[in-house]
Amino acid sequence: MENEKCVNCAEKKLQDETRELLQKHEKRKDGLIKILEEVQSKYGYIPKVSQLEISEYLDIPLAEIYGVITFYSRFTLKPKGKYNVSICLGTACFVKGSKEILQSAKEKLGIDEGETTTDGKFSLDTTRCIGACGLAPVFTINDEVYGNSTVKKFNEVLDEYIKKD
Amino acid sequence: MKKTIDEIEKIRWERRSDLDLRVNRNTPNTQRHILVCNGTGCTSSKSPKIMEKLEQLIKEKNIENVRVIKTGCFGLCSKGPILIVRPEDTFYSLVKIEDCDEIINSHILGGQIVQRLLTKDLNGNIVNKLDELPFYKKQKRIVLKNCGLINPEDIEEYIAFDGYKALIKVLSSMSRDEVVEEVSKSGLRGRGGAGFPTGKKWSFVKAEEENQKYVVCNADEGDPGAFMDRSVLEGDPHTIIEAMTIAGYAIGANQGYIYVRAEYPIAVKRLEIAIKQARDYGLLGQNILNTEFSFDIDIRLGAGAFVCGEETALLESIEGKRGQPRLKPPYPAHSGLWGKPTLINNVETYANITQIILNGSEWYSSIGTETSKGTKVFALGGNVNNVGLVEVPMGTTLREIIYDIGGGIPNGREFKAAQTGGPSGGCIPKQYLDTQIDYESLKAIGSMMGSGGLIVMDDTKCMVNIAKFYLEFTVSESCGKCTPCRIGTKRMLEILEKICDGRGNEHDIEKLKVLADSIVKSSVCGLGQTAPNPVLSTMKYFMDEYEEHVKDHKCKAKECKNLTQIEIDPEKCKGCDLCKKSCPVQAISGEIREIHTIDQNKCIKCRTCLQACPFKAIH
Repeated sequence: MENEKCVNCAEKKLQDETRELLQKHEKRKDGLIKILEEVQSKYGYIPKVSQLEISEYLDIPLAEIYGVITFYSRFTLKPKGKYNVSICLGTACFVKGSKEILQSAKEKLGIDEGETTTDGKFSLDTTRCIGACGLAPVFTINDEVYGNSTVKKFNEVLDEYIKKD
Repeated sequence: MKKTIDEIEKIRWERRSDLDLRVNRNTPNTQRHILVCNGTGCTSSKSPKIMEKLEQLIKEKNIENVRVIKTGCFGLCSKGPILIVRPEDTFYSLVKIEDCDEIINSHILGGQIVQRLLTKDLNGNIVNKLDELPFYKKQKRIVLKNCGLINPEDIEEYIAFDGYKALIKVLSSMSRDEVVEEVSKSGLRGRGGAGFPTGKKWSFVKAEEENQKYVVCNADEGDPGAFMDRSVLEGDPHTIIEAMTIAGYAIGANQGYIYVRAEYPIAVKRLEIAIKQARDYGLLGQNILNTEFSFDIDIRLGAGAFVCGEETALLESIEGKRGQPRLKPPYPAHSGLWGKPTLINNVETYANITQIILNGSEWYSSIGTETSKGTKVFALGGNVNNVGLVEVPMGTTLREIIYDIGGGIPNGREFKAAQTGGPSGGCIPKQYLDTQIDYESLKAIGSMMGSGGLIVMDDTKCMVNIAKFYLEFTVSESCGKCTPCRIGTKRMLEILEKICDGRGNEHDIEKLKVLADSIVKSSVCGLGQTAPNPVLSTMKYFMDEYEEHVKDHKCKAKECKNLTQIEIDPEKCKGCDLCKKSCPVQAISGEIREIHTIDQNKCIKCRTCLQACPFKAIH
């Protein structure tokens, strides 16, 4: 059973790491979301190998786990880019023009919301309010928050990241 | 180390004298506290770095009588990063790391206030002290009383300012019935949106005969543009822990859960610290303060689903499932978490409890209006000068909040509408600016209290487009369980898109009304039942805009791009070149001091130039 799942070493590593992570949790079904949070923050997405491990550990069908992952917007099944650009579309940011910034981001990166560039460098997301409404409109790149932004300022910041590795 | 009641009182007495200079501002004092806002807004504008720098300078210069304190939100987020020096109460805003040297050298060592970092009021007068700012004058702080005053990561600072005093009072001198009675008499109503009487909810759960009951705090603040609960959790987490423990005692529960959004990392971290400290001090866990009563709290993270703010969806999510609402009845008070009686209140509701217990229900019910008691916290945002967190007594008018506290509309624009209640609420037009805000009055004018997001919109906003914005939100957040919400809102959005694209006709307005009506009547949960509200309220007050879109194919506010052209008025243009500089696609041409023009083929209608023009020559 175990060897069947492990088609290559990368998967084997994921499997081992997930098992290690699971050891820290009780076998309680209500712990699922917490576990998914941890996997997501570790890898930036939830790999299928991890889902299978969680399924076995908590005795929840894989389909149900998939259902939970796709229900909550923080969880993703695909890896994010090295730089995750996220535009806030909360109301405060929206009335101050964040849609224009989103449009500009789509054009400049050539991807849609929820997608990652083919080189894996950038991914684009929208978020509903990070609570920095005093600085609206706001966008973030990874953990860095850029407030009081304009389309022009966004393009300048993005250019900096494009130059980076 | 677990403490006894006497030990807690001793801490209160000792620490209070140490912290007194933060509230007693007139007593001469050689000590100084520099309070630095560490709420999400100021943290985003690098306040932790400022704190580090201040601490480093104080150490380097061997200054002994000054402490730098991390606090929660002061409220005036648009002026962040903010720091306040007490006891003199100097309010420094928009502080940069480079300013730290001057603050230390000039103010702390030299006694000279750094004038250039002080805030100006709308008339351009410099304001020295926080109390003198118009932003704070009309506010009344009950829920936010400790936010910006104490270090949220230090339980002893909370204790010093009457923290855990209400819990001690309840455990040592009140019966369970008396607690519920006191909450009932205060007239407190749920601050999560619907306004159900809190005392009644508590008595329902208390009446259930079951050994296992739960207390849940709904901190899944999903309304876009609302950040009241987050600020309480970040600035004063112990007040929630204390209130939940009191609730646990009153209804007979020994386990609590705080369901908080994972999007609020600072709030989660401070809650974790606070729970750990409370356990260490014996204020949570077995035999609290050496009494018979035991109670503990765990945190559960939300993973980004708006619908989980609905109480039964929240319970599903705590149980580790998809957050889909349950059919009611049975209500959670009867069958909630794992089928057990469960009390669910919102963060702001809990934040009122300790004050009600300490000051009495009579005091509390003297504040507010006939049907709505106490205060309400609003997250004031959008097109308003002072963006931030505001707490006012119920019955304050919108005009007072937007103009007196919020400082009015920026850039010389006109007020058009205020949106309350988020995606479940509605837009309030100009003629209702003088409505006294409470649960009933807002409902009567087609909106709702909601959790407290208050977004101001100026006359450059197209109300059809705003309605579309909210519908986009609902469509992406609909959980999919019931058909009216899943499919109905989608159809409504498609019609709105059609109207905004200039393909609408008069039948569309009728179709929207029919759809809205059936969604309101047939959806399973509150999210679906209120989803059409933004459309219904904008139709009620701004029907002319809908008609203009479908009949004349025009958008007066020029937000719907297919229906507009952006032009420069040659009579008003002074050739200042600011619009040209602001244009991201170089569509504006013209020499300096000459009339500028827009190349319509290049223009992407982003409207950046509209904001850049100081002469309002572009429209």
